[in-house]
Amino acid sequence: MQFDTSMLIPVLPEIFILTAACVILVVDLFLKEEQRVISYGLTQISLLLAVVITLITSPGETRIIFDGSVVRDGMSDLLKIAIFIISAGAFLYAKDYLRDRDLFKGEYYVLGLFAVLGMMVMVSANSFLTVYLGLELLALSLYALVAFNRDSAESSEAAMKYFVLGALASGMLLYGISMIYGATGSIGFQAIGEGLANPDVNKMVLVFGLVFVVIGLAFKFGAVPFHMWVPDVYQGAPTAVVTFLGSTPKIAAFALAMRMLVDGLGGLHADWQYMLVILAILSMGLGNVFAIAQGNIKRMLAYSTISHVGFILIGILAGTTKGYTAAMFYSIVYAAMALGAFGIVILLSRRGFEAENLDDFKGLNERSPWFAAMMLLVMFSMAGVPPTVGFFAKMFVLEAVISIDMTWLALVGVFFSIIGAFYYLRIVKLMYFDKPLDNSPLEAGIDTRIALSVNGLSMLALGLFPAGLLSLCAAALS
Amino acid sequence: MIALSDYLILGAILFSLSVTGIFLNRKNVIILLMCVELMLLAVNMNFIAFSHFHGDTAGQVFVFFILTVAAAEAAIGLAILVVLFRNTRTINVEDLDTLKG
Repeated sequence: MQFDTSMLIPVLPEIFILTAACVILVVDLFLKEEQRVISYGLTQISLLLAVVITLITSPGETRIIFDGSVVRDGMSDLLKIAIFIISAGAFLYAKDYLRDRDLFKGEYYVLGLFAVLGMMVMVSANSFLTVYLGLELLALSLYALVAFNRDSAESSEAAMKYFVLGALASGMLLYGISMIYGATGSIGFQAIGEGLANPDVNKMVLVFGLVFVVIGLAFKFGAVPFHMWVPDVYQGAPTAVVTFLGSTPKIAAFALAMRMLVDGLGGLHADWQYMLVILAILSMGLGNVFAIAQGNIKRMLAYSTISHVGFILIGILAGTTKGYTAAMFYSIVYAAMALGAFGIVILLSRRGFEAENLDDFKGLNERSPWFAAMMLLVMFSMAGVPPTVGFFAKMFVLEAVISIDMTWLALVGVFFSIIGAFYYLRIVKLMYFDKPLDNSPLEAGIDTRIALSVNGLSMLALGLFPAGLLSLCAAALS
Repeated sequence: MIALSDYLILGAILFSLSVTGIFLNRKNVIILLMCVELMLLAVNMNFIAFSHFHGDTAGQVFVFFILTVAAAEAAIGLAILVVLFRNTRTINVEDLDTLKG
């Protein structure tokens, strides 16, 4: 195949983010401590420009480049734009937090941008090699980010646990990939899809590999029984990092599942469907039940993540376009919800004080009625109370499994989300009906306040008009 | 003549050893890092064997990438280990228990 420069146009967003990360790394060296905000500004401008570039270079059709390693289609464009916007939100919330704790370093933004690049590669991957490289770029950046607060014993312990379990997950995934390569003789998704149709292919080796791939995937998603790292990492890592780690990587994990299981191993749908059913039921059950027992808000949100992952998996296992659309909608909406929830945790924290316990939310309505209302919207959305968007996200996913005659699974989902509603509504009760423990004013800057308001109101706006985002998701997958 | 299955069995043994090592080891974090490396090398063994068997180079290319990533991963793992040791003065796996609930 002849190389020409026009082949680089579809990967222009990736090239741009890579260049931006390298430029910021160098520029940051020449900045004084009080000029650090320039690195932050450059990061936000880069993410904004990346959105524009993605829109401009969007080919409007599926394009497969680099000998089938990379694909640029509607799904990759939509997910990338969601990743850019939500990452920009996470960086915005993180700024004041990092500055108050003397962590306002350029490395946070460089590592963050590399993580974004890793997610972009995953979203656009069309072979197991590309998937693996994107996944590792994301994971390695996140390990370093979790250990970002070097003087905290908790952070370093969380980073170590994350690292060991993350590496174990990559190993499992790779072992599965090696088996699938062995059975089909290829690592490209199209070629694997053709290989599966071949009657001579060794089905046992394939399913053996598939089991390991699904285990690796479940680790990365944080689905039960491979969830043990999630609560520890959420609790131990600095809140500014959790805001990023808890939001966009869920979108990337969805893309990972779509690329590997649907694009690559779609022929084995009947086999992976039942594996995902088990993972989904366990995640929804254990996540929601354990979250009730938590007194630490970050740990509670970690278990809540696990339960939401169960819902995303339900959408994927349906195996229909409707199901994929619902899961995509869910993962984007979940990333925005998690961003809002951690944004409020950051808002309540200040220098020398981490608002980590549920008691810190007591009487928020008296301290700031507006942000109590924003938290209310986010919590209602996570619990799935109409008219917030979380309700529609859950509804679309459940509709998708009902339409493939798995009504019992939908009932299980509804049952566990009713249990889950308890701990979300408990936060609402603490905010509105209890007396505040401390009355110190909230000291967030105007940019954080505006972003949080937009984030909270978007839960309501998307809930009132869910058709817009849903039709974007549906168009991206068709 | 060594058959493909022999290589795969060796790879499977190495892989199970490393997974067992990660779960049974209760003493030293460095052993965990060694197990992680062993796991990636077991996978490499599989890829090379399949690559040779299929007469296809994609598997060998994959191995080069795995080796590169493994090097980066080891660097980050050891860096985290140094930070951990400075903060807690221990690398005993059993002492990593401050986060729970």
